[in-house]
Amino acid sequence: MRLKLPVRPMTLKPRKVCVSITLSALIVVGALFCGCTTTAPSQGTPAPTQSIGKSKVLLATTTSLYDTGLLDYLEPMFEEKHHVDLLITSQGTGKAIEIAKRGDCDILAVHSPSQEEGFMAGGHGINRRCFAYNYFIIVGPADDPASIKDMKPEDAFTKLMTMGKAGTPGIAFVSRGDNSGTHYAEKSIWNSAGYNYTRDVQKSGNWYIEAGRGMGETLQLASEKQAYTLIDEGTYLAYKGNLGLFPIIEQGDILLNVYSVITVYTPTQPSDRITIANNFVNFLTSPEVQASIGEFGKEKYGKNLFIPMTGECSRFKCDCGKAADAQVPALLT
Amino acid sequence: MSEIIEGFIQAVELIISLNPEVLEITARSLLISLAATLCASLISIPIGGFIHFRKFGGKRGLITIIQTLYALPTVIAGLFVFLLLSRVGPFGFLGLLFTPSGMIVGQTVLIIPLMVGMTLIALSGVKQSIQDEVVSLGATTTQTVMTIIREARFAILGGVILGFGRAISEVGAAMIIGGNIRGYTRVLTTAIALETSMGNIAFSIALGIILLGIAMVVTVALFLVQER
Repeated sequence: MRLKLPVRPMTLKPRKVCVSITLSALIVVGALFCGCTTTAPSQGTPAPTQSIGKSKVLLATTTSLYDTGLLDYLEPMFEEKHHVDLLITSQGTGKAIEIAKRGDCDILAVHSPSQEEGFMAGGHGINRRCFAYNYFIIVGPADDPASIKDMKPEDAFTKLMTMGKAGTPGIAFVSRGDNSGTHYAEKSIWNSAGYNYTRDVQKSGNWYIEAGRGMGETLQLASEKQAYTLIDEGTYLAYKGNLGLFPIIEQGDILLNVYSVITVYTPTQPSDRITIANNFVNFLTSPEVQASIGEFGKEKYGKNLFIPMTGECSRFKCDCGKAADAQVPALLT
Repeated sequence: MSEIIEGFIQAVELIISLNPEVLEITARSLLISLAATLCASLISIPIGGFIHFRKFGGKRGLITIIQTLYALPTVIAGLFVFLLLSRVGPFGFLGLLFTPSGMIVGQTVLIIPLMVGMTLIALSGVKQSIQDEVVSLGATTTQTVMTIIREARFAILGGVILGFGRAISEVGAAMIIGGNIRGYTRVLTTAIALETSMGNIAFSIALGIILLGIAMVVTVALFLVQER
């Protein structure tokens, strides 16, 4: 008889690990097979060269463009004009760029000039165009315990650091801490104020809180802790929850927040997808869409959440008017 | 507190008004998690049976590994499948990342250990006397195995429901592999995460109540099956 007594499951004797490795390989292959077959009739998997139905194109973007509703507002216009299905995944800028580098999306819309330059220099993108801007603001408790109202951002950060390190009660700053565009902007303010971010800021004490979360969660955290934080104005205005935070500093050159769109390039990317992505870049910089961006949010929030780039790109030293027609990165031609 | 009440009212409103977007997200959640549960069942139950009925070296160690993987964090399962499915990864040519199919793969990988474990427990729960009796009646090995499986079927089904519960309630893998794309890979849990981050607390709670409603329907369905 081959049947055995029931196994007692809590014994530790890993004798043949290879069995489990083989098994897990089997599981993964099986799972992949399942994934391929079961949804075939339901959703329609997007093969890149799908001829039935509209072709799908994936845009990886930053949370601020998505959570404000701007992209949901522009999506139907683009889909109607070009007869494609625009899929949007909203991640922090850092993660969106990582996804783009791996070739897992077709278009990138982000707001972190230094990271974008690195991305372009690596030959991962073509046709980088700025299309909108607004300003970061520093928000904090209504009574402004650090008395930094309307100070120059760098000076305000220096004051927060001094008071925070001294353990002044009620002084706290919440950082995104997630390599997002907003986090990079915060780092550049620290640098500009003369601090080395990893050495002087990150380990400077309990007053400096690294959230490691998206903008909305970071805002909630700052509100609960009655702390200061840096946020793009659009997300702050569009946030629907109850907040105990108010704009403290809204002026300063360093608070400029420029959004760019880039066609993702990988050597294996089919040229028709690059064309669709280029269409999207041209769409965002076209006069009609620029006007729509300038209108977005006016009715609901009393002011537009984004300022279109039209005519101002030379001021910000970026491209916005040129037609996006390149098919390969300039450094490869 | 008022947000919870408001969320409850909004949930009722959304259900009564048959809000198309909520219906779509709910249907997608169900479809993806049911498909993942089906895939995982087809893989886990035979593996569980194999481990239970066969004697081989390293069996206890393997069972320990499986039980450890009950605690597999959803984000790690998600990341693992993300790396496999990414265009530069080994299965990148399938183009499954950021698709519902990719999410099914992720949830399947996530719940397999739990379902294998539950199958083992179910089979171990069958009384030895039943086995002896069947053997003494002259059953072949195959017949004995089938009898034990039949005896354990409700317990195995319980494991399947547990797997479904873990699949439909997880957010980590769904977010990393699916990308929360509206109208394509957005499911209840990722929608809740998004709405919460946008400060739409009442709407998040409404979606949470719908998710719990689905869990209740599935549990009641299981209860009815067991009653029969």
